[in-house]
Amino acid sequence: MKNILEYLEYSTELYKDKIAFTDEENELSYRKCLNDSKRIGTYLLKLNKKRKPIAVLMDKNVESLTCFFGIVYSGNFYVVIDSKMPQDRIQKIFETLEPIALITDHKYEELATSLHQHVCIYEDMMSTSINEEKLQMIRNQMIDTDPLYALFTSGSTGIPKGVVISHRNVITYANWFVNTFDINNHTQFGSQTPFYFSMSVSDVFSTILTGATLHILPKKLFSFPVKLFEYMNKKKVNTIYWVPSALCIIANLKVLDYVDLPYLEKVLFAGEVMPTKQLNYWIKKKPHLMYANLFGPTETTDICTYYIVDRAFKDDESLPIGKACQNCDVFLLDENNQEVLDQSEGELCVRGSFLAMGYYNNLLKTKEAFIQNPLNHSYPEMIYRTGDLVKYNDRGELIYITRKDFQIKHMGYRIELGEIETAVSSLEKIQSSVVIYDRKQDKIVLIYVGKISEEDIMKGISQKIPQYMYPQIFIKTRNLPYNQNGKIDRKWLNDHYLELKEKK
Amino acid sequence: MEELLDILKDMKPGVQFENEANLIDDGILDSLDVMNLSVILNDEYDIEITPLDIIPENFKSIESIYALITRLQED
Repeated sequence: MKNILEYLEYSTELYKDKIAFTDEENELSYRKCLNDSKRIGTYLLKLNKKRKPIAVLMDKNVESLTCFFGIVYSGNFYVVIDSKMPQDRIQKIFETLEPIALITDHKYEELATSLHQHVCIYEDMMSTSINEEKLQMIRNQMIDTDPLYALFTSGSTGIPKGVVISHRNVITYANWFVNTFDINNHTQFGSQTPFYFSMSVSDVFSTILTGATLHILPKKLFSFPVKLFEYMNKKKVNTIYWVPSALCIIANLKVLDYVDLPYLEKVLFAGEVMPTKQLNYWIKKKPHLMYANLFGPTETTDICTYYIVDRAFKDDESLPIGKACQNCDVFLLDENNQEVLDQSEGELCVRGSFLAMGYYNNLLKTKEAFIQNPLNHSYPEMIYRTGDLVKYNDRGELIYITRKDFQIKHMGYRIELGEIETAVSSLEKIQSSVVIYDRKQDKIVLIYVGKISEEDIMKGISQKIPQYMYPQIFIKTRNLPYNQNGKIDRKWLNDHYLELKEKK
Repeated sequence: MEELLDILKDMKPGVQFENEANLIDDGILDSLDVMNLSVILNDEYDIEITPLDIIPENFKSIESIYALITRLQED
């Protein structure tokens, strides 16, 4: 198959009135999902454009999914906009993206109208009659390297970059995901990550590939884990693919001591480092589940390497990121662009069909990150440099070391901030922690949440890391800042960590 | 109650907690805030807030949070 809609159509033929997507208020069968998407697609035909971006500003609900598919039916590609994002940032994205229209619903009509001159309202589009013939004409012109969506990630310069992902990317990627984790028509996903975040692509597209069901978990329930578990059990959720922060909420509060998740079979995670201590809580409580650590940037669709947990880890050991996904190749390059073949560290590079098409309207940044394979002088071949430093262990598994930018030179030593973090977060009383480097002062800064004194932290980590890695500034805080994807906001911390210091 | 107000203002500067009766429904406290707050309260008041206590009713206003603390201190 060459177009993601073919999978939706195929699953609809097989599963008809089976529920494809649910949220707190509504549910959508395959048949209704397909028809609603076609209505939206038909409506958008009047824009008379091909391969152009159309933005969607809606809550994470089942209706928004039909907008995504509808945009694809119209021959264009979709871009999800977070309704909670500051207007300023949306405008910056629109400057780069120049979307031809903005889809929203009545709830966000006012905001949308202030952002774009061509606003299409979901409720209005629903009254469109489907024009199968015209939709088919559009489809016949589409090829698998056409863009399916673009996802905006924060750029280091403050200008967001729109990663363009094609049908081919998602089809190749989702087929790996489905085969590796045995996703099938019995799978009931409990979806945690927002649709503007690459991880959600795995849940959504493996659902339509296999005729599974995806349950959107209401965001507010993550405040109230017992209610969250009750909701998941009501929906019989058996597969979750969450960010570690969400899994840590459960572990830190020991929620599984109070309520069980009897249907759960698979726990997958990605997006940041999963602290082993919290993972061990899950494994202790639910020893027979599949646990897998997935790793990769948005630029490789979502993931490029993975590790299925197959042995026990101590709290201060970190999980491998494993090996390359099927039909995706990774290799390590050193500072001189030579391949690393032993156990030394190198930058993780990726080649193959998972690789995004580039950054939308940003040739300069595209050329920096997507480059000709320096090991291949014979024909054009793109690779993506992840900016992540990794190495192989004795078992031949890849080990994540740090972001290239997080590796610091301090008192003559080369230090990985992640190694200090692993040592600190293994201490029993630490809830969460992050280590940054204050370049101006040449100081290692530890920011943490937990009922533990500086002395006890020092006592704990002195067994684990050498003296030159000891943090020099300790900030005990009540809340770590998180970015919109739910990851710890390191960029903000670099300049503002002093503001977190508790007022005594 | 004064001390609790300080903790809350420390966590979310600029919010008039005295006048808010719907901290959850109005989105003033989000998921991570409730988690963080529970951890802090456990720490400050030497109590143990269990997941069973973490329900919207116990966090909807400063009064209800205070009532939760008092109840757990008595247990």
